[in-house]
Amino acid sequence: MSDALTMLRRNVRHTQRNPTTLVMTIALPVFLLLVFVGVLGGALNAGFGPAEGEYIDYLVPGILLMTVGYGASQTAMAVNRDVTTGIIARFRTMAISRASVLTGHVVGSTIRTLVSAALVIAVSVLMGFRPASDPARWLGTLGLLALLTVALTWIAVAVGLMARTAEGVGPFIFVVQLLPFLSSAFVPPESMSVAVRWFATHEPFTPIIDALRGLLLGTTVEHGGIVAIAWCVGLALAGYVWARALFRRDPAA
Amino acid sequence: MVSGSSRSAIEVTGLRKSFGGTVVLDGIDLAVDEGTTFSLLGPNGAGKTTAVRILSTLIRFDSGRVRVAGHDLVAEPDAVRRLIGVTGQFSAVDDLLTGEENLVLMADLHHLGRVEGRRRTADLLDRFDLTGAARRLASTYSGGMRRRLDLAMTLVGDPRVIFLDEPTTGLDPRSRQAMWETIRGLVANGVTIFLTTQYLDEADELADRIAVLDGGKVVASGTAEELKRGLPGGHVRLRFADAARLAAAAGVLADATRDDEALTLSVPSDGGVPALRLLLDRLERADLEVAELSVHTPDLDDVFFALTGHATGATATATTEKEAVR
Repeated sequence: MSDALTMLRRNVRHTQRNPTTLVMTIALPVFLLLVFVGVLGGALNAGFGPAEGEYIDYLVPGILLMTVGYGASQTAMAVNRDVTTGIIARFRTMAISRASVLTGHVVGSTIRTLVSAALVIAVSVLMGFRPASDPARWLGTLGLLALLTVALTWIAVAVGLMARTAEGVGPFIFVVQLLPFLSSAFVPPESMSVAVRWFATHEPFTPIIDALRGLLLGTTVEHGGIVAIAWCVGLALAGYVWARALFRRDPAA
Repeated sequence: MVSGSSRSAIEVTGLRKSFGGTVVLDGIDLAVDEGTTFSLLGPNGAGKTTAVRILSTLIRFDSGRVRVAGHDLVAEPDAVRRLIGVTGQFSAVDDLLTGEENLVLMADLHHLGRVEGRRRTADLLDRFDLTGAARRLASTYSGGMRRRLDLAMTLVGDPRVIFLDEPTTGLDPRSRQAMWETIRGLVANGVTIFLTTQYLDEADELADRIAVLDGGKVVASGTAEELKRGLPGGHVRLRFADAARLAAAAGVLADATRDDEALTLSVPSDGGVPALRLLLDRLERADLEVAELSVHTPDLDDVFFALTGHATGATATATTEKEAVR
């Protein structure tokens, strides 16, 4: 336990030393907010019709998911850096809790990502986002975001452990950043072409975004968000098992 | 540098390891006494790093028996980890932390407590001449400074057995000397050093015993003296201006090895001044004109050629049974 705290302190210090990681996880989502609200928002608003409310209200949940995705990408790169610079090899030859190396990353990343998400929400409120103000819903939002972060972070840790070089992390970053575009993040899947619509309705990010949207906007969440939670738990478990297996394997030469 | 006791810090029997189909360690036996320096000598790819990675609990092995610091490597890896330190090509410092923070990180992971951790950190910074750079990020350090920080991090836990994987590869001569001094200081305090190197002079300088590793096998072991004894590697090389002069010289120096292409003769010699004077006298008397002269003392190449070029036991192996006391 104390080893995990030491590792967490190390990760927090890394973030302090390298604030770009935090800035990027906020700057990119904010940039997307600006593009979609400021540039495309007028046209999209017209398409939505007044009944659907402001476009920014529709958009923010998806942007939050992207924030979590960027955060996980940073984690994948950080874990990979630990592997390639050999510091993990050093930890492995020490009598410390083996799990602490990975849990330090996961906890550190979760805190960092939730801070980013809070800042993104603050910016979007300044830009006109008007979420529901029910404390229970906020708690639900926080819980779901945290669960999603833990899920993506475990997968990111596994990817970081697996990749031989920093470039090897690329496909993960690509997928995490592309999937939201093929989901309900920016426009409702009903407006997409048939094949894309099928994909968008069935990929994990859509139910998660829909659940976040329901929580933030005070509308009903379909199936009570069970599908979203199931996806998060499933991804988290898969990522955890994968990362653990990779970490137990002998490190490559 | 005398080991009074014969207690073993490292005992390896029949250690085998292969990666995929490639055999990297083909049944090696090693014994290192407590408080001595042992050097595993060999060229790149001989299996030195693999041996260190196994002995330091980083990777598993296929068969054999290994005890480090009195504990079985397989049964009690954490007990071994508590007593060892590793600094190697694969070991590292945290670039995003300062030198001081790197050491404090190690102190925290060794559960030294705040006061003791701070004390040891300050102590090691001072000892490794890093106090001035303590608050700079490790990423700004020079190669020599990184290596010193790396070793300092290894020493935070006060290890009894230290593995050093090519500790001076890539260092400038001054840093190399400083590293040697540090290693001697550690041994003087009773620490056991397991050192890999590709430089015979380094093993010569530091090690009580040396094992030569080639193709995954220990092809020789003994003290530096024992290994170099009877080595044919020492020679004086004479280069001549043309084939005629070479032929004339070859007639006079019957014991020399002739290379017609390079126009050189290699005369076996220990490289000492009396032997050189004798050789020059012979050349003078025969009125032979030499374009260039160079002295070659036995180096790893020679040891290697002697040990593996004609790998019969008689000349290849220095005594393995003798006590390693100098």
